[in-house]
This record gives sequence, C-alpha cells and structure tokens, in this order.
Amino acid sequence: MTTESKVIVEAEGIVKVLGAGASENKVLKGVDLQLHTGELTLMMGPSGSGKTTLLSILGCILSPTQGRLTIGGLQTHTMNKEQLAKLRRKHVGFVFQSYNLVPTLSAVENVMLALDLRDLNGPDAYDQAADALEAVGLGHRIKAMPSKMSGGEKQRVSIARALAGSPSVILADEPTAALDAKNGLAVMELLAKVAQDTRRAVLAVTHDHRTLPYADRIITIDDGRIAGSERPKLTEKAVEMAAH
Amino acid sequence: MELAVTAQPFAHQRAAQSQRPRSRGRRLPMVFKLAYRNLFHDRLSFIVTIVGILFSVVLVAIQSGIYLGSANKIATIIDAAPADLWVVPLGTKSYDDPSFLSGRERYTALSAPGVEASEDMVVSFARWRKPLGGETTVLLIGTAGDSPKALPANIIEGSRGALEAPNTVAIDRSYFNDLGVSKLGENAELNGTAVKLVAITKRVRSFTTLPFVFTSIDEARRLSGANQEQASYQRVKLLPGANIETVRNEIQARLPDTEVLTQAEFRTRSQDYWLKQTGAGAALDAGKLLGLIVGIVIVAQTLYSSTKDHINEFATLRALGAGAGYIVKVILIQAVLSGLIGYVLGMSLALLAIHLAQDTKLTIIMTVPLAAQLFAITIGMCVFAAISAIIKVVRIDPAVVFSR
Repeated sequence: MTTESKVIVEAEGIVKVLGAGASENKVLKGVDLQLHTGELTLMMGPSGSGKTTLLSILGCILSPTQGRLTIGGLQTHTMNKEQLAKLRRKHVGFVFQSYNLVPTLSAVENVMLALDLRDLNGPDAYDQAADALEAVGLGHRIKAMPSKMSGGEKQRVSIARALAGSPSVILADEPTAALDAKNGLAVMELLAKVAQDTRRAVLAVTHDHRTLPYADRIITIDDGRIAGSERPKLTEKAVEMAAH
Repeated sequence: MELAVTAQPFAHQRAAQSQRPRSRGRRLPMVFKLAYRNLFHDRLSFIVTIVGILFSVVLVAIQSGIYLGSANKIATIIDAAPADLWVVPLGTKSYDDPSFLSGRERYTALSAPGVEASEDMVVSFARWRKPLGGETTVLLIGTAGDSPKALPANIIEGSRGALEAPNTVAIDRSYFNDLGVSKLGENAELNGTAVKLVAITKRVRSFTTLPFVFTSIDEARRLSGANQEQASYQRVKLLPGANIETVRNEIQARLPDTEVLTQAEFRTRSQDYWLKQTGAGAALDAGKLLGLIVGIVIVAQTLYSSTKDHINEFATLRALGAGAGYIVKVILIQAVLSGLIGYVLGMSLALLAIHLAQDTKLTIIMTVPLAAQLFAITIGMCVFAAISAIIKVVRIDPAVVFSR
C-alpha cells in the first residue's frame, strides 16, 4: 500500500444467510473488510469458510442479508438487481478460476465484449482490446480462439478482459487453481503488476500458498469471520523460494 | 511462458508502443456477433432449427397460396365477366349454385334509372357424354357474344365468335382427360345433344370438380331447358356517375323476389360459401396452424437447448454486469436470424413448388403482400418461440460462475 492509496471497497458487518428454515446456513457472520487501491489482497481460508460468498458480495453478485457494502463511494444496500449489475460492469472486473471466456469469440473479441458491456464500444474498441492483450503478453494471439489457447493464455485473456474499461476493483476467484506452477506464478506476477495502479484494488481468493509472496495483504477467513489480516514483509529469499 | 512486464501501469499503455496498425472502420455490434456465433456454433442444432422453420414456411405458404388460389378460382367467372350489380335468385349461395330467374328481370333492370345495360348469363348443371363412353357432370355457362365481357376468356385455340354457331362449346385444355376430348373439332354430347369443340382455353378452371363448358347464351338456354327470356343472373352496368346504392335500391324495389348484389358482395358470398361453409377453408386453416405450431415447437426447443448449452456464458455475462436486456437481445437476434434464413430458404422452396404446380389442377398463388405477411409471421413465430429461452436466461443466477 502506498501513501496514494485509498479505501475503494468497504464492507461493514456483512452477514449472509443462505437457504431457509431447516436448511438455513449462516455463511458469513459479520465481516468487516476494506480494500485499498494500489494493493493486492489475498483471501485465504479452508473450504466452506465463506470466501467465495464474500467475494460474490464484494462483487455485487450476491446481496448481504445484513451489513453495508460501499464501492467507490456508492452504497449498494438500496440498489436493485439491475442497478447492481450496472455497478458491477462499471466498477468491478472479474477473473474466474475456469477463465469463463466465451468460446465462440476470439481473445480480442472476449475483451471487446467487456468493453461493450461498459458502453465503451466506440470505433477504437478493437484497438483498446488489442492493446490490453498486448499488455498481458498476448499481442501475438489476439485472434486466437479459446479452444486453441493454453490455460495460462486463457487466464491472461481473462485478466485483460477484467481490466478492459479500467474498473476500480478486480476480484479474482482462484486465478491459479487450474494452472501449472509456472503459469500460476506468471499470472500472479501479472495481478501484482495490475495492483500497482493506485486507482485500482485487487482481491484474489486463493488456496495456493505459492501466491503469498505477491500479496501486499493477506486476509484469512474462517467459519464466516475474518480470522486475521496481515501485511507480510517480502524478502528476496521468500520470492526466490516461491518461484522454485 | 514469458510475460510482457512493463514499467508503466496498464491503464497508461500507449498505442505508440504497439507495432500493430490501428484498425479502421465500423465493426459488427458485439451483441449481434455473440448471437450469430452462438447460432452457428452447433451446426446440427442450427440445421434442425432451419429445417423446422423451412417446413413451417413451406407449409404455411402453400396452404395460404392454395387458399388464395381457391378464392380466386371460386371467383374466376365473376372476375372474368364483371358487372356493377348482379341480379340473382333469392337464396343464391354461390354463382355455381344456379337456378333461373323468371325472365322479366332484364327489362325491369333496364327500366331503372341509372342503368346503362343489363346482360343475361346462364349457368346450369349439365350432363356431358364422352365420345368413347362415360358421363360426367359439367357446369354450363352461356353469355351473349356481343357483350364486351363475353365468356370464356383466355382462349388459346379457336375463337369466341365460333361459339355463336349452334351446338358449339369451349372447354379448358386441363379438362381434356375428364371430358374425353383433346383437340378442336372433336364431338361429344351435352344433355343428349351433339356438340362440337370450337375453342380451347388455358387455366380457366373451376374450384369444384365440375369442369366449365362455355357456349353462347342461346345455346345455353336451349341445352338447359330454359325459355328464351330466362337467365340465371343479370349483369347490370351503370351509367357513368350513377350512384350504385341508389340504383341497387331501385332495381330491388322493382324485383323484390330477387337479390341485387354488388360485384364484391357476389364474389365474397361465393368465396365464403365454399371456403367457410363447406369446411374447405377450415381444412386449409388447420394446415396453416399445423405449420405454425411445428415451427414454434422446433424453434423453441432448439433455442432453449442452445441457451442451456451456453448457460455458463450467459451467467458470465451477468456476472460481468450485463443487464437482462443485453442477454435478451442476444436470444432475440438468434431467433430473428434463424427466422430470416429459414424464411428465405422456405419461401424459395415454396415458390418452386408453386411454379411446378402452375399447369396442374392445383392452383396456388403467391403475391407480394402474402409473402410479406408470411415473413412477418415467420419472424413473429421465432420471437414467440424464444420466450422459453428468454425466461431461462433472465433467471440465471450469476453466482453460479463461482460454483465448481
């Protein structure tokens, strides 16, 4: 975190109950969380701890049962589904574990789709999308179809798509889970680079301990509550160990 | 795998760093691109959809064309010998449901103010005996030779003038087999009287199975046993500027035991009788409805199936913030595109079938307004069929993108 960073996402007292009656399950039990611009935050925890649910709430895909969420100064608790969708497309970029690219569109078209959703579909949309792919190292593959790409390439397209239109929050759900070690670390390097932008915050949910050295902050969640939050000090040796 | 690591944040990447030439020109909207890529992605499903629409279009086009052709055929004689007003016997259901007027109608009609002319027309059932044996019933039609609308029209061999000679008839060439004659000069029997074929027409066919046989007004009276003053109908022509309703009322008052109809009324009455009262039209409408239902069911099923196949993509779009309207647009474009392609192919096939049926007993007509109506129906059918897919897609929970 730098002196220029600011709180871009603020969650206060987030409670989420799924199901009803006998099958009711309190997945989040009062979560307070802030995301700062210019920072890569990792969220870790055991399965069933509520990481994905919290990610969905932070991304305005789910609404909390109780609590308040503020993104870029906008409070979400009064918004309906379509308003939340609008907030999502303007301010949030997603990177999914399974990439979730549209298989019938090429790499550049997948990124242009995100621009189109954000009403950035002017005459230079193709160039913007191509530039975004070049920035993630895929300038030579802009017309490739997802079926012809490796996992690492697809995840980089996914990151380019998430960045298209410069949203202020990037949320990544297990971005390295489907990748081998080399590609996984490359993706984390990319996310770390993305997080350096002081206008943007990046949160990645991960089980992968090799990603720890890239984090500016690590949040642990357990049984629906934030169990810890720390800012690890990176040493050269730790980075080297992670790379091998 | 090498990463393009740069010192600058991504938002500040400058186009000048790229060696790639900048693109020019407008591109297809993404929503349209997504729709047609989804549509053509699964070739088999696309083909099934198009075949379903094609079948529907062909069936509805042919049935509608037969309906239109039948309506035109029913009105063939009325259209070929038009009049401002028709004086017909009370209770006449259709022009080919003939009976005879008393015989005073012509002069009575002529005495009404506003009437320029009144012509006799005889229509009667008759027995035709073939040269080589066998009998069949025909519809005998006689008009005056000096009338500007003397029947028959569309003579391809012989002449109308030849029908003024006694014991002469004209028939359509499509009835050669039914009537056992095949060329000019051949003889047959009509109501026990020998007659000679002196004129041949083309595409003058009856809606019913009864062939038309044309002759002069006098010969028609003689062969049908009517007296020299009698006719089945009076075709009344008005003086220029005469008010049709005023003249109609005048004639009706003078001939209370008849009906006085306009051209359009007599036409519609004849068409309604055959197409609505006999059930023939209902059968054609049932065929059209069947075609529509088949089209709707097939398109609905394939669109729904395609939506299910692409549900993850739609969920991702929702997760990325696409509004419900955006995704509905994708589905609707798929539906409309399918309809467009299916219509073009289906109508081409229908037009080919219509062309091949031209000289057969089946009269199928296609007009530009009918084709336009069919286009609207096809697109409407596909949009309607998309409802189930749309319902599926708007209910997507975007949170499923995180479910693994």
